[in-house]
Amino acid sequence: MQIWIDSIVARTEWLQGLPIGFLYTIGILVACGLILIFASLFAGEVVWMERRISGRMQARIGPNRVGPQGLIQFLADGIKLLSKEDIIPKSADKPIFLLAPVVVFMGAFTAFCVVPWGYGLVPADMNVGLFLVLSITSIEVVGLIMAGWASNSKWAILGAMREVAQVISYELPLGVAALAIVLLAGTMNMTDIVVQQEGWIWNWYIFRGPFAFAAFFIFFTAALADLKRAPFDLPEAESELVAGFHTEYTGFRFALFFVAEYCAMILFSLVTAVLFLGGWSPGFPVDLNGPWGRWIGFGVMFAKLTFLLFVMIWIRWSLPRFRVDKVMYLCYKVLLPLSIVCVIGIALQVLFANAFLGGSAFGDWLMGRAP
Amino acid sequence: MVVLALPDLTPHLPGIIFGLFTAFAVAGALIAATAPKIVHAAFGLMASFFGVAGLYFQLGADFVALAHIIIYVGGILVLLVFGVLLTGRTQALLGIEKGHKTTGAVLIGGLVFFGLMLAIAGTEWNAVEDPGDPKPTTAAIGRAFLDPDQYLIPFEVASVLLLAALVGAAYLARRRREA
Repeated sequence: MQIWIDSIVARTEWLQGLPIGFLYTIGILVACGLILIFASLFAGEVVWMERRISGRMQARIGPNRVGPQGLIQFLADGIKLLSKEDIIPKSADKPIFLLAPVVVFMGAFTAFCVVPWGYGLVPADMNVGLFLVLSITSIEVVGLIMAGWASNSKWAILGAMREVAQVISYELPLGVAALAIVLLAGTMNMTDIVVQQEGWIWNWYIFRGPFAFAAFFIFFTAALADLKRAPFDLPEAESELVAGFHTEYTGFRFALFFVAEYCAMILFSLVTAVLFLGGWSPGFPVDLNGPWGRWIGFGVMFAKLTFLLFVMIWIRWSLPRFRVDKVMYLCYKVLLPLSIVCVIGIALQVLFANAFLGGSAFGDWLMGRAP
Repeated sequence: MVVLALPDLTPHLPGIIFGLFTAFAVAGALIAATAPKIVHAAFGLMASFFGVAGLYFQLGADFVALAHIIIYVGGILVLLVFGVLLTGRTQALLGIEKGHKTTGAVLIGGLVFFGLMLAIAGTEWNAVEDPGDPKPTTAAIGRAFLDPDQYLIPFEVASVLLLAALVGAAYLARRRREA
């Protein structure tokens, strides 16, 4: 980020008189604003995608009136939500009720700053990027409890309890499966993780051995549960809980919860693409370091993001909801042991390759290094 | 061409950011200590945790900062709120409860504060003029944990302790079988 601002300042004369600290602050605010706009608008498009795809799967048409093929339906929905009456229940705990949507949105949104879209196209190239994603998204849980408790409604509190139990539980297999890839990559820097997967398609981490392959499915399943997507959408089970933790929310605050949910979907799709599917690498050797290559990388990343979002929507509209005890069973007795096996397996794979195949191309491939 | 005459605050930027984080931490702690509703106190604690995590970030300890968030906000705070909500003492939840044990709390808090101040005054601090860009910390932390000359034994003892706590929790929570 600093390099980008420095290069812009070096090329623009009238900026050079301004204090550099001021420019850095403005630059970072602009970058955050751009991501915020992108994430919110694209979340709207994902809602449209979801409605169109589900319509297709149920042999109906879906929204196709506003804009070409209904593309700007989300704007109409947004205006409708904003013009609704803002209701705060009388018995609600007002400050917490007002704060909860903000905390949830913050948890879903902050982690976007470490996701690389192309070589150098990342707002904060942090050394602990992956860890930041895992820790910041855990803030969302606190916002959920706040919403559920402050609403002072039985459906909200039951939904929040279910949700928090589920999200906390599924953070374990999620984190452990990500740990397997960290062992393979030897770093938590998201850019470095992608750089090591460049080249041919078999360099993607999902294809580097059976344990990495299994880790992909564990990670994706745990991410689905973390996102409360069907078949893990018990916290919002309409037939039992009305709408779960956001039952009492209306208008803009409801819109914040809704956008945060889809932002989190986009975030986890991006992280899955970076960890397992080679990030901006298209699957064959090509130099993407130039100014145009960055934007090609951006396009590749966008294609992978759209594909993963499609898979999430596809799963949601194909599978029925799990029973509540089966959700916990799947987490603690299936996914968690399997993810631990993956970590041990990958550790042994790296040690084996290091001891017996060191220096050879196959050894480097097994160790998760760049080709 | 508009020439803006802005005061150059660049040298003060770290100070301003430090002030913001500190204000966050202190304000959160004050809410946690004085809020009449115990749930408000818990969420005030969250703000305080964030302020402290920000201070860690400013010191270049990015791993510690994030570990602080994931453990304290994502884990301990959630557990705390769950405990408060599930114990069912609605009077404390609604802030009706009377008779806070103020004197003892102030006494103990004051003693701890006094001790900390003594320790701070008695330590020789290594002042760093300009830490520069934050350097990667995770590799160094990992090596220190697995080096027998450094922290291998404390690290393993802590692991065994946590494992024992985990087994104990599972034992307490399991379904009792009929004899």
